[in-house]
Amino acid sequence: MDNKRQYEVVFIVDPTVDDEVARLTDGFKQIVTDQGGVVTKAETMGKRQLAYEILHQKEGTCVLMEIEGSGKEIAELERRMRVNDRVLRYLTVRVDEDRRRAEKLKNRRTRKAEKKATRSATPTRRGGAVEFAAESNGE
Amino acid sequence: MSTNYEERERPRSGGYDNEDDQDRRSMGGGRGGGRRMHRRRVCRFCIDKTDLIDFKDVRLLQNYLPERGKILPRRISGNCATHQRMLAEAIKRARNIALLPYTTD
Repeated sequence: MDNKRQYEVVFIVDPTVDDEVARLTDGFKQIVTDQGGVVTKAETMGKRQLAYEILHQKEGTCVLMEIEGSGKEIAELERRMRVNDRVLRYLTVRVDEDRRRAEKLKNRRTRKAEKKATRSATPTRRGGAVEFAAESNGE
Repeated sequence: MSTNYEERERPRSGGYDNEDDQDRRSMGGGRGGGRRMHRRRVCRFCIDKTDLIDFKDVRLLQNYLPERGKILPRRISGNCATHQRMLAEAIKRARNIALLPYTTD
């Protein structure tokens, strides 16, 4: 498969085991690389207030990972996270399609802007001028 | 000559019509509290030329989440359909990982 899929994985770790976050993240990274995926980014978003309680926790440490791969490693990663009690919640989003679409829209917009610029450089509003001439003749 | 006259007359009456409309609208606004009466609806995301709404951008998403925690309908926010869809998707994702509330009471 030449074009790899891109995923964003966010997971929330129990804040009472703060020192474990780095270790947990490294473990997950290892899982992904073992399955043949590539972790392009892994950053901790810090401890933050949860919008609602999860397992009676009001706070959690969010970790964001960006993964490139076939999708197999995501299955394994999710399985591991589901089993792990330290992970309160996880969310995986496939982003490559959306990003490609955004890129396309952006390209289209720039192309349109260029077209507009060239058109306004050579004014073609002849119709209006002709009408005006006819009207003045009538009067 | 006559055609010219007509052509000149029509836009002028149209202009009057518009003014009447505006008067009526402002009057109605005065009666009904006039909150969203005259505001032109514009999609903020179209103005900013947003192609992608990130679910991690809590600051942005919160603007479209009134006290109750419901997604602001686009008849009020004025978003275009495309961006409202993207926004709703992002809010739902953010809710899933507890960045935003499902409800508040």
